[in-house]
Amino acid sequence: MKKFLPLIIFALLLGLPLIGLSTYIMHIVILVLIWSVIGMGWNILGGYTGQVSFGHAAFFGMGAYTSGILYQSMGISAWWGLPVCVVVLLALSLVIGFICLRLRGAYFALSTLALGEICRVAAENLVHFTQGNMGIMIRERTWVDKIWYFYIILFIAVGSYILIKKVMESKLGYYFVAIREDQDAAESLGIDTTFYKTISLCLSGILTGIAGAFYMNYMGYIDPSIAFPLYDISIVTVMTVMVGGAATYWGPIIGAVIMVFLAEEIRSLPYIGAAHQTIFGIILILIIMYLPNGIVGDFRKLMKPFLKKRGVQHESH
Amino acid sequence: MAQLELFLQTIISGFLLGGLYGLIALGMALIMGVMRVINLAHGDFMMIAMYISYWLFTLLGIDPYLSVFIAAPALFLFGLVIQKYLMTPVMKVESILPHNQVIMTVGLAMVFSNLATVMFTGNYRSTPVSYASSAWYLTDYWKGSPIELSLSMPWTLSFIMAVLITIALWIFLMKTDMGKSIRATAQDLDAALLMGVNVDWVRMVTFGIGLVLVAAAGCVFLPIYYLYPALGKQFTNVGFVITVIGGMGSTHGAVIGGLILGLFESMTATYIGMGWAPAGRFGIFVAALVFLPGGIASILRKRRLEE
Repeated sequence: MKKFLPLIIFALLLGLPLIGLSTYIMHIVILVLIWSVIGMGWNILGGYTGQVSFGHAAFFGMGAYTSGILYQSMGISAWWGLPVCVVVLLALSLVIGFICLRLRGAYFALSTLALGEICRVAAENLVHFTQGNMGIMIRERTWVDKIWYFYIILFIAVGSYILIKKVMESKLGYYFVAIREDQDAAESLGIDTTFYKTISLCLSGILTGIAGAFYMNYMGYIDPSIAFPLYDISIVTVMTVMVGGAATYWGPIIGAVIMVFLAEEIRSLPYIGAAHQTIFGIILILIIMYLPNGIVGDFRKLMKPFLKKRGVQHESH
Repeated sequence: MAQLELFLQTIISGFLLGGLYGLIALGMALIMGVMRVINLAHGDFMMIAMYISYWLFTLLGIDPYLSVFIAAPALFLFGLVIQKYLMTPVMKVESILPHNQVIMTVGLAMVFSNLATVMFTGNYRSTPVSYASSAWYLTDYWKGSPIELSLSMPWTLSFIMAVLITIALWIFLMKTDMGKSIRATAQDLDAALLMGVNVDWVRMVTFGIGLVLVAAAGCVFLPIYYLYPALGKQFTNVGFVITVIGGMGSTHGAVIGGLILGLFESMTATYIGMGWAPAGRFGIFVAALVFLPGGIASILRKRRLEE
């Protein structure tokens, strides 16, 4: 049963548009899938390899801007951004990896934070390419209906899931976890830590960037404060993975479901809507204190009160 | 001659700015040194202090420079509470992800900046002090001077305040028992524990003092800057860039790093363009990480060893 669960969920999702959901619900589902991809991307680097990044907006924004600039300057469809951004992000990841991955722990987190900000400042100032704060807008939408967008992002998400599963079940995945658990020990066992951390960063960056490129195609508008925000992307990505559970396959997906619904709910509330970052911040603090490994990671801890009861019942039978 | 004038004026303003930056970074470096945590809410604490100072000025007419003595103790208590009830418990939580406390400070930063927006709106505010635009001119003192330089009065006052507070901190760290405990904890946690230092209390006091420093920085920044809720992020960035340039946890490094960054930003703003000043800030940050990962502190240490 457990083995087929992903297949069943995939089949259910494939059939989802057939029920005739409203456009709004479809929009939410698409957002959830986008955030799952970003979360899965972050999870490779942050969860499995243990390199916490505060700058994933750099990858997201770079993907989005690749699409946008292709459309704006080259005059070709923004969908070309999806394949092209793989190359762009590979290059960006290598550069970032070269600078940041020699650093450890907190230094790494800080340097990624700085790189995210550098990207934002650059996007604001390189007006010639990015139109600065005016942003880039795609004037003609590919489809009015959301179904096709849904299928495209669904396949991206499923692809990411399979990719991560394959990677984590291979030798590569064991190297990643070894680096997270003890970098010095991994190094002394002959693992070239910088090299494998770079691979992890590239995978992570490319997945996040693809989500960004899709976001550009789907939403049709970006500016530096949408593509490279510190709180609304970089930190929410960390939250998404933390809520769901770092270093788990389903963590980012469950986290994405929760965060997107929460964000939509909170934003639509009267009066409190403006304070959604406050509520997010408080949730973040509570998670760190009481649920540090997320819903999937701390599932047993969460279920303890329920399991105990059942255990007693078992004994009485 | 105009070129030289511009250059010297840029250096003067960079130096004044650098002194204030140093004060912001000092608090962060102190916290980093003792707790190995980068306080990413540092700028937001500064923002809180600035709002306290702003309201004291607007409602009661208290000069921002005097409100240091109200805002700083307030933030000291706030720091004690946050360290005791949020940071210390998180230290004991076991999790897969490292840097829990850093993520915690990010959460705090989100809450503070957003609450400030909700409570005080996003408007830019400033304190119209009477001496805001007064300045000293070189030609007033030296009639035959070939070049004209000016020294803004509030900037100079702020700089002097920053220097005084830095000296006070230095005396505190060097001469008092508490200061010695703080330095001992920063040097070697286990040794400090064995020597009977109450590490939890030291951490609380350190966090409090870090916030006192940043509150003071906020109060002296208020007359020369404007205030808005999202300002915290900018100064957090300044703080951690300097902390890294200076060498993590080094207070000497923080002061020197502050001056370097101040000069550098002032130069970027004059010769490249205002919008690029933040990019220059991060450029120097990345350069420091790549070429001088130990920061200025490592140079200082090397020189001390050679002597």
